[in-house]
Amino acid sequence: MARFEARIDVSHLPGILDPQGATVEKALPALGYTNVTQVSVGKSIRLVVDAADEAAARAQVDEMCHRLLANPVIEAFSISLAELV
Amino acid sequence: MSARIGVVQFPGTNCELDVQHAVEQLGGTAEILFHAERDLRGVDAVVVPGGFAHGDYLRTGAIARFSPVMGAVADLAAAGGPVVGICNGFQVLCEAGLLPGALQKNAGLKFLCETVELRVDSTASVLTGGARRGDVLRIPINHFEGNYVCSPETLAELCDEQRVILRYIGNPNGSLDDIAGIRNAAGNVVGLMPHPERASDLVLGSDDGIVLLRSLLDAATERAALVAS
Repeated sequence: MARFEARIDVSHLPGILDPQGATVEKALPALGYTNVTQVSVGKSIRLVVDAADEAAARAQVDEMCHRLLANPVIEAFSISLAELV
Repeated sequence: MSARIGVVQFPGTNCELDVQHAVEQLGGTAEILFHAERDLRGVDAVVVPGGFAHGDYLRTGAIARFSPVMGAVADLAAAGGPVVGICNGFQVLCEAGLLPGALQKNAGLKFLCETVELRVDSTASVLTGGARRGDVLRIPINHFEGNYVCSPETLAELCDEQRVILRYIGNPNGSLDDIAGIRNAAGNVVGLMPHPERASDLVLGSDDGIVLLRSLLDAATERAALVAS
């Protein structure tokens, strides 16, 4: 059994409204950053999972994303895993 | 015998007493069902009312769908029993997979609390059975995430099967195809963002919600007769 830290990045699907991103995008030029576009504010979820190997851990986290952590109608997600030693 | 309506109460629900009051004013019986309960005490229909169930943590409705009571609500829905989700309850039913699609943030990025006009576009549901197609109803909305969205395939299915029961006249929140309320294929599960319980007495500014709530009570009475026979 190995232990993995998973970082899950949940973002809005294209076309889904992101008021936080829009507000940040409007605020940055006020600080002089006039060259910024496409700001998106999503969620970052961290969790630790015990599994036989990385593939098993990834499969399980992927299932968690589909069932709870993200809503596929409006959100996309990506998973990165690191083994904890 | 009056229809018995179960009104689900999650931590953070805030419209359960309004729904109870409106149901009782129309001669029905309304029982509050705490979210930790696993059975529905034999009620004839269920309303999942508005509020901020479980603080809307993660996403609106995302945690509420795991409350013990939701298993029994899904069973009632599968058995053909009337289930209506209002506002946050609509979001819960979408997250639970009892209705398709999702509710995203309002297009104007503002919380909306105002009375809007709705058009009845299908009467083949437990909430609109007593209305007429084309009826215009004045009913309040009160939400930040009421902007209905779904895949093009789902939208085509909803339209082809006349499953959009209510549309906004003057879309306030950007909802796809002006959708304010939808039903499942059988018509026994309904979700809508507007609050009919807040338009159940002229003293509230409108009583246009009565036709919807009375339809639900009639559907519940029919359901009770069916179960008894």
